Amino acid sequence: MQYLLMIYADESRMKDVTPADREAMYVEYRALTDSLIKSGHMRAGDALQPTSTATTVRVRDGKTLTTDGPFAETKEQLGGYYLVEAKDLDEATKLAARIPGARQGSIEVRPVMQLPPDYPRPQR
Amino acid sequence: MTVEGDAVARVFRAERGRLLATLIRLLGDIDLAEEALAIALEAALVQWPAEGVPDNPRAWLIRAARNKAVDRLRRGALFQEKRAALETQAARDEEERLDRERARREDAEGESVEDDRLRLIFTCCHPSLAIEAQVALTLRTLGGLETEEIARAFLVPPPTMAQRLVRAKTKIREARIPYRVPEPGDLGERVDAVLAVIYLIFNEGYAASSGEALVRGELCGEALRLGRLVVELLPGRPEPRALLALMLLQDARRAARVGPDGEVVVLEEQDRARWDRAAIAEGAALVEEALRLGPPGFYALQAAIAAVHGQAARAEDTDWRQIAGLYALLLQAHPSPVVALNHAVAVAMAEGPAEGLRRIDAISQAGALAGYYLLPAARADLLRRLGRLPEAAVAYRLALTLAGNHAERRFLERRLIEVGGAPAPERGQ
Repeated sequence: MQYLLMIYADESRMKDVTPADREAMYVEYRALTDSLIKSGHMRAGDALQPTSTATTVRVRDGKTLTTDGPFAETKEQLGGYYLVEAKDLDEATKLAARIPGARQGSIEVRPVMQLPPDYPRPQR
Repeated sequence: MTVEGDAVARVFRAERGRLLATLIRLLGDIDLAEEALAIALEAALVQWPAEGVPDNPRAWLIRAARNKAVDRLRRGALFQEKRAALETQAARDEEERLDRERARREDAEGESVEDDRLRLIFTCCHPSLAIEAQVALTLRTLGGLETEEIARAFLVPPPTMAQRLVRAKTKIREARIPYRVPEPGDLGERVDAVLAVIYLIFNEGYAASSGEALVRGELCGEALRLGRLVVELLPGRPEPRALLALMLLQDARRAARVGPDGEVVVLEEQDRARWDRAAIAEGAALVEEALRLGPPGFYALQAAIAAVHGQAARAEDTDWRQIAGLYALLLQAHPSPVVALNHAVAVAMAEGPAEGLRRIDAISQAGALAGYYLLPAARADLLRRLGRLPEAAVAYRLALTLAGNHAERRFLERRLIEVGGAPAPERGQ
């Protein structure tokens, strides 16, 4: 059985975090990621850019509609995800528009944060 | 100011959009490009008076800005963040491209500069940015307006506008909104998005939705300049020409559109001697070009309607049948309650107020335009023409409760008195 663990946090409070606290948090995440890889639990995990970089994609009558910002409709819930490699937002949007769920629901496209090359990664 | 200082100011005003577009391509970041350009300009203000204006000021500024940016990246805290970006293959390609450009005679740069501005306008008007952000970015980067000026024009506090720009630039960077001309398959839709932004800027300048100033000429002028730029950058497409025509034809009536006390002067009562005939002629010629380039689109039909109005020497000479026909085409291609209302008004002029009233009542019953002051205003006008004055007064009063700006309200109040109704008490701000 696999589980997607989604980390929710108040982004507006991130700007008040001191560099030292940020560094401490980073070290703590690294340690946890390392530990989850070693214990064999880790399948994939990433840090996302803030919701201000999000784009929501819908396909209606065959037309792709994009809007700025995260998908905030509370009556629909996250039902799955793809992690894709795309050269820019246009390409990512085209991939999102091919997901069947885009025709009824919405796909939120969020850029993944670039972590340093030495950040622990599971074998894929 | 010195001769050299003047030269800096002149080059900068004329070239800011071009310089910035090229720098954004070279540096891959709008903020960095803006900052580097400002530093290069300061350097020019110091060096040109001392050493003379360089043969190619544009190339000098680009080179200086680029060097400043690289220095800054090496020194600053940004270095870590940007290094990866600068070291990508794309950045190396750009490096080689720059070297080739340097090697070439600088006059031959013209074409790639136009490409840069075209790329930049598609980035600024990317549909994944909020429309207000698209407008602000376009005015800031291609229009060269200061953040404070944009804030004033859109009646938001400067810090809010600054925040909007920062957020948009961050999204462009972090979500990797591309800096390129869209693929042919996407081009039509993306051009539409660019034109929508320009027309929104024009309309914001032409009829402020609130506040005292009905016409904010600066925004209209900026929209016209951007419209000309897009025509120049996409010469083969009909829609940019049609939009430029529409804006020119509307702007041609600007002086006649507001009376001495700031009230709206409706089309039929405007002093046509105050219309800008040169703008009307240019607009009419552009509509014809647009219609030759492709089937009539949203802007071309509206521009054609404006051209028919513009070509009537007196209001009573207006070819209302042709206008009603054009509105019928517009209604077919882009059905909307507002277009239906305009069509009904044109039909009223061509076939008499009774037929127009019948159509307006049908729109009213559909309920789509509830809250839109022009619906009761148009209805009131037709009732007035039919001599049904008490009903006209009721409709004018309804329109007055819905009208947004003072100029519109003054016009309606005047008409209300004309049909024998008592003026409504002044509504609070």
